[in-house]
Amino acid sequence: MRFSKSWIIASKDFKVYIKKKNLLYALIVVPLLVAFLIPGVISYAGHKNGVSGIPASELTILLPSFSFFYLILAGYLPSSIASYTLVGEKVEKSLEPLLATPTTDSEILLGKGIAAFIPPVVAILAGSVLFMFLMDLVTHSKLGYYFFPNWNAAIVLFLMVPLAVIMSVEWNVVVSSRVSDVRTAQQLGILIVLPFAGVYVLGELDIVNLGVTSNLLIVAGILFVLDLVLFYVARATFQREEILTSWK
Amino acid sequence: MLCCLISKTSGVARIAGYEVGNNADSLKIRKLIGLVPDNVGLYDSLSAYDNLDFYGKLYDCTEAQRKENIQRFLKMLGLWEKKDVAAGTFSKGMKQKLALARALIHDPKVLFMDEPTANLDPESSKTVRDFILDLKKEKRTIFLNTHNLDEAQKVCDRIAILNTKLMAMGTPQELERSVSGRKTVIQLEQISDPMLTALKKMTVRNISVDGNKLTIDVVDPEKENVAIVETIVRAGGHVQSVNVVGSTLEDAYLNLVRRAN
Repeated sequence: MRFSKSWIIASKDFKVYIKKKNLLYALIVVPLLVAFLIPGVISYAGHKNGVSGIPASELTILLPSFSFFYLILAGYLPSSIASYTLVGEKVEKSLEPLLATPTTDSEILLGKGIAAFIPPVVAILAGSVLFMFLMDLVTHSKLGYYFFPNWNAAIVLFLMVPLAVIMSVEWNVVVSSRVSDVRTAQQLGILIVLPFAGVYVLGELDIVNLGVTSNLLIVAGILFVLDLVLFYVARATFQREEILTSWK
Repeated sequence: MLCCLISKTSGVARIAGYEVGNNADSLKIRKLIGLVPDNVGLYDSLSAYDNLDFYGKLYDCTEAQRKENIQRFLKMLGLWEKKDVAAGTFSKGMKQKLALARALIHDPKVLFMDEPTANLDPESSKTVRDFILDLKKEKRTIFLNTHNLDEAQKVCDRIAILNTKLMAMGTPQELERSVSGRKTVIQLEQISDPMLTALKKMTVRNISVDGNKLTIDVVDPEKENVAIVETIVRAGGHVQSVNVVGSTLEDAYLNLVRRAN
């Protein structure tokens, strides 16, 4: 497999994304929204009946779970991109000439994967930097120290987020083979956020302590296994002949 | 199938010595060929230049080759002035021309075209057809798939007629000659009995008279018509016009299909 071919395909997709305003908005606005909204809520919440905000003991339970918002984003953001890059090409009938070039299925799949992987990861990491800065700003007076950055947040952002993005991309490849329009692909693709949202809720309910490193590593391990399984399913789905004859 | 996009069902096909259906040869074949699919499949948000540049990169063309070929083909097709315009804003004819340029960006030895003039206005069709004729001069193998028999007749050196299976193959002239029931229609100033007697002495099959018009069954009009006209003139006839009917590629096609059914 030649990485250069995949990179050519990914670079072309990046050029296309820049022209697609809805994709740009999703990549920029959503992480910014999370970065501003959650610190805003934390800053505002609990200010009533003489109580001045959320107590420090509760903040230490809430804050680690908030990093999981970025896992939810890691599921959501690639779905809008991957659905465009695969179903969009199918709809625009540009897959046939692409498949007629001297590139292998794996090179095209990797190119599409890179194109759907890098923008969300960059957007999430950039958004998380702002999120951590603002969160530290609103919680420092309560906690007496800067909660972010910490090793657990690093595990979420640098290990779990990429794994979740990969999973989302793979899921969307599978979905793309079964649908014929971008919107349906996005709607089905977005279902991938449900497990991440579930883990987040479990964390907020203190059923799973997401502040414990070993728990995070277990979730990362599960993600890794799921990524491997989905990789084989996606690879089996993305066959030249299948795309041209069986993809709806 | 020949572009190595889908598997072959049976049989053997070779392109530039490489076997279609052999996995090891598929990439080599795809590198040698250019494809103009029935749906142009351009990237609408990218410029004409970027569309071609992308494909040039995938075909391992150097930057210099890409620049040269993009300029050459866009100029040949009259799109150079629009090189920085998004392909999505192009008319159908312009898109088709851009798809042609895309298929040629790597100077393929073999070019596959799937109905390149379908749904184009007459002017665009002519531009595309003339461009194909120019490509022919460059000694490229061009594989044109079309329902337009007139276009096939004008452009192709060899024609294969397919109707679920290969029914006939040959030059346009050979296929036209294969049609039975061809007739020569001769308009005369006046028909006389000596003229008809002289014609009947020839080996012509059937002669029918309608006013001053003679209709004669022929097999090879190019050869037989000379003798027929000479006979008429010798018998004192004045020929006003000579036409051959039932001799187009369309007739050959319809004849073959009817025979098969």
